[in-house]
Amino acid sequence: MDKNSNSFTFTFAIVMVVVVGALLALIYSSLKPAQDENVRREKMQNILAAMNVHVARDEAPAIYQKTVTSVPLVDARGRLVEGVDTDPVNGPGFALDVQKQYRDERARVIGADDMKYPLYVAEKDGRPLYILPVVGTGLWGPIWGYVAVSDDGRTVVGSTFDHKGETPGLGAEINTKFFTDQFPGKTIADERGEFTSIKVYKGGSQTTSPHGVDGISGGTITSDGVDEMLRRTLAIYYNYLSSLGGGMAQAISASAGDATEAQEETATEEQP
Amino acid sequence: MSTTTAPAAPKESLFSKKNRKLITDPLDDNNPITVQVLGICSALAITVKLENALVMSASVLFVMLAGNVVISLLRNMIPSRIRIIVQLVVVAGLVIIVDNVLKAYVYDVAKQVGVYVGLIITNCIIMGRFEAFAMGNKPGPSALDAFGNAMGYAWILVAVAFFRELLGSGSLFGIPVLGDAVEKTGLYALGYVNNNMMILPPMALVIVGIIIWIQRSRNTKLIEQA
Repeated sequence: MDKNSNSFTFTFAIVMVVVVGALLALIYSSLKPAQDENVRREKMQNILAAMNVHVARDEAPAIYQKTVTSVPLVDARGRLVEGVDTDPVNGPGFALDVQKQYRDERARVIGADDMKYPLYVAEKDGRPLYILPVVGTGLWGPIWGYVAVSDDGRTVVGSTFDHKGETPGLGAEINTKFFTDQFPGKTIADERGEFTSIKVYKGGSQTTSPHGVDGISGGTITSDGVDEMLRRTLAIYYNYLSSLGGGMAQAISASAGDATEAQEETATEEQP
Repeated sequence: MSTTTAPAAPKESLFSKKNRKLITDPLDDNNPITVQVLGICSALAITVKLENALVMSASVLFVMLAGNVVISLLRNMIPSRIRIIVQLVVVAGLVIIVDNVLKAYVYDVAKQVGVYVGLIITNCIIMGRFEAFAMGNKPGPSALDAFGNAMGYAWILVAVAFFRELLGSGSLFGIPVLGDAVEKTGLYALGYVNNNMMILPPMALVIVGIIIWIQRSRNTKLIEQA
């Protein structure tokens, strides 16, 4: 047989594509459950890590189920979405892919008002904690993380950040303890209940600020990305958290005149 | 490109002198990175940490070994007009398999090397060995050739990563060995500062350059005649 003939070349190409395609499909579908389970456990591990509970990945599901009590959804105006299942594992809150939602919003597939924000409500040492997922954009790709806020609705208890492909040694340092250890004790709102976010400062001159952390030297754009994602996402969660009445509600009503428009709206709607 | 494409004698032992040269040659005289100047891109991209360099080397070893054997087995069937496409399909298929297996069983490592495993597809060394060796040799020698070339690639990567991680981050395999940079112990107490430039890709090129320099000053037959 002439192996340089057209018919042999075409037959060879077709057989090769079918064989390789079938093989890859088989391998992919047999490994997919294990891969998905890894991703799920990592998500639980990250949520626990944000509230300073550090566990091995294999133990994460059991401890997550013991710690996280419910996952309600908050809408883009900081109001609770009624009538959704708040089960911490099987509910839509845990399943919601906030990164995909963020990408869709950036690509204008969905509007900013359609976004849903899962709020992980956990209990640690007998007190409730709120873990807030945040997503944003670094220098080379997506960055994301979790910020745990105590039951006063404004004090950060812990945080974790991660990235897809930031520069090792520079922007990639956002997932190191060196960076995240700065967050506990910082507050996302001032004493009057006005939202301030956590600012990532360049140069570190402002690290004594209760609302600021030191950025990563040489990782300016990644640090700016962290700053932007915290400001954008925490503002929405704070609208909801400040309405819960965890010590902050009084402060808000005391300074109602100064509150931002969004806070006023929540305050009037949520408070009888 | 290769000097080792002579047809193997019928009853040759797998570890004859000629076959042993298939392994030792790429380590020094015919090193894929320093002599053939292939695979430079990945040498620059992933050598910030020793761990990444090792995982990349292991992945390249697997892809090159399996690919060389597959191509060698098919060498009398592959139509010459589409042989590059066939080689590409083999590399791409193997890389996808490696990527999926890493994600399923060693998730932490997969996260570390993530995009770089995909980069193996564009690694010229692999396509180069398929085209220059496996297309014309039996599976046994092809496997040895793949092993030798993967090792020649690996040792350069590990050497570059060793210096970059040590001088750039003050650690080896993520373990701080020069003391604590934050609390100023060890060498840092004497005023040593991590060289952040080592973390940037250009310094990988400089280190590869230094390795080439040392190699050629030792082995003058590698120097091209002007």
